Amino acid sequence: MTKLKYTEKKDTRSGFGAGLLEAGKKNKDVVALCADLTGSLKMNAFENEFPERFFQVGIAEANMMGLAAGMTIGGKIPFTGTFANFSTGRVYDQIRQSIAYSDKNVKICASHAGLTLGEDGATHQILEDVGMMKMLPNMTVICPADYNQTKAATMAIADYDGPVYLRFGRPKWPVFIPENEKFEIGKAQKLIEGSDATIFATGHMVWQAVEAEAILESKGISVEVINIHTIKPLDTEAILASVAKTGCCVAAEEHQIAGGLGESIAQTLIQNNPVPMEFVGVNDSFGESGKPVELLAKYGLGVEHIVQAVESAIKRK
Amino acid sequence: MSNQVNIQALQNTASQVRRDIVRMVHAVQSGHPGGSLGCTEYFVSLYFHVMNHNNKFNPNGEGEDLFFVSNGHISPVWYSTLARSGYFPVKELDTFRKMGTRLQGHPATEEGLPGIRIASGSLGQGLSACVGAAQTKKLNGDDSFVYVIMGDGELQEGQVWEAAMYAAHHKVDNVIASVDYNGRQIDGDVQDVMGIESLKAKWEAFGWIVLESEGNDFENLINTFEKAKSLAKQGRPVLNLMKTEMGQGVDFMVGSHKWHGVAPNDAQLEDALSQLEETLGDY
Repeated sequence: MTKLKYTEKKDTRSGFGAGLLEAGKKNKDVVALCADLTGSLKMNAFENEFPERFFQVGIAEANMMGLAAGMTIGGKIPFTGTFANFSTGRVYDQIRQSIAYSDKNVKICASHAGLTLGEDGATHQILEDVGMMKMLPNMTVICPADYNQTKAATMAIADYDGPVYLRFGRPKWPVFIPENEKFEIGKAQKLIEGSDATIFATGHMVWQAVEAEAILESKGISVEVINIHTIKPLDTEAILASVAKTGCCVAAEEHQIAGGLGESIAQTLIQNNPVPMEFVGVNDSFGESGKPVELLAKYGLGVEHIVQAVESAIKRK
Repeated sequence: MSNQVNIQALQNTASQVRRDIVRMVHAVQSGHPGGSLGCTEYFVSLYFHVMNHNNKFNPNGEGEDLFFVSNGHISPVWYSTLARSGYFPVKELDTFRKMGTRLQGHPATEEGLPGIRIASGSLGQGLSACVGAAQTKKLNGDDSFVYVIMGDGELQEGQVWEAAMYAAHHKVDNVIASVDYNGRQIDGDVQDVMGIESLKAKWEAFGWIVLESEGNDFENLINTFEKAKSLAKQGRPVLNLMKTEMGQGVDFMVGSHKWHGVAPNDAQLEDALSQLEETLGDY
């Protein structure tokens, strides 16, 4: 039995769509741009409510990033919407120069990230985006765990002044974060207390970690589960406090191991408290077509893989 | 054209800006004199006559015209023009490209240089920023214009055409863009490196009003901007296809791509300065 319960399954991109609508109601300076994926990004509600603040840019992501940067001059808060692949790799230089280096208040909202995009396959399953975005000075990188948290994060970044990369996904996924829970940028979220090992998870992998904890508990292993929804800036204080107690950890993310959350955590640990650590993520390969859960299992991101990683980390203590 | 324009005063300013350009580039033996010299009349026209702007710099620029430089490597002419317009002390031109300067090799906002609203240097991005800022002006009910300059070689970048398409489609008609049509780029003549003709037909096909001007002739330029303003705000953005000579004003630099990004040596500096009258005092 998992310690946390989920109420239903909903896609995080719908959380974004709902959050964007709320942000638009709250602040008239919020504007949205989309590159021909309004339905996929669930931006229709915003478009319908605020047609004069919604800008269809067509299949032209580079221009979308530049437009968004320009729109901040004069006080608008632009939210760009397209798939994570086209939100990062395709437009890296535009983001680097016009948004990050120029410190523009643009919210880059990226859906269909990772393997759980599913059947569309590796061309669209970006697994390098977190690495690219966290390397950029001035950039905040956020990857919420479920529908409710994505909605709350979308509203929170509208109130934050500075460039943000918000990563979310396509599949329906367990909703377990309380509705209307306030989202605190940069604050790690302890979901389950434990003493033998810590799982630091982000995005869809947070629920996988919750399930892994239940299995480990049945084996007599006490695991702490921490949701790192903000990958940059990283809550190093919370990370160090947890491993000081548990003595080992696992990072779990739907991303390449290289460049991901685990790498950032490892950097923190090696400088402060080098404890045994294992990585659950994609290991230097592209994805492929398939069903989300099957893909997670094949590429080493299943619940069982987290369980094994925790056991390995504990053995190395 | 307006009777109030004092062409002689503009020419005096241009001569001083050209001196600043060659002195700045010579001092650090790096930078881009060719395009800067070619665009001097353009920058001086905008800042000393055409634009409604405030040298007490407001990054958001509400109620004033905005200006963007897409081909950021011509930073020397921009920095000199800004300084001579009172945005920052003229003396600061002496820090160009040196450690700790606000006058970065390519324009940037990070160090807070007054007059710069977005970084540029990686080509092809300025028109998007300009159109975005112009879109915000329309949303805010701000009646001002937004200007941008691009290089002609830069038009080889695909993003420019994405932005061109967007501006026409969304009727962002408060944009007055200019192309520095000098026909040169780093590796040679634009037509040899990667032909971009016919520019007029291309921009018109993309839905823009296209004006042609002589970019090294103040009277012609100012007339063109008057015309551009009268044609703007009627549903279509305006493009000024501006013929210039790279290296204009210095006889051994003019008309060649070789001075795109090369600094003059001591003797060449002396030769160049002998051709450019010191009108406002060197920094």
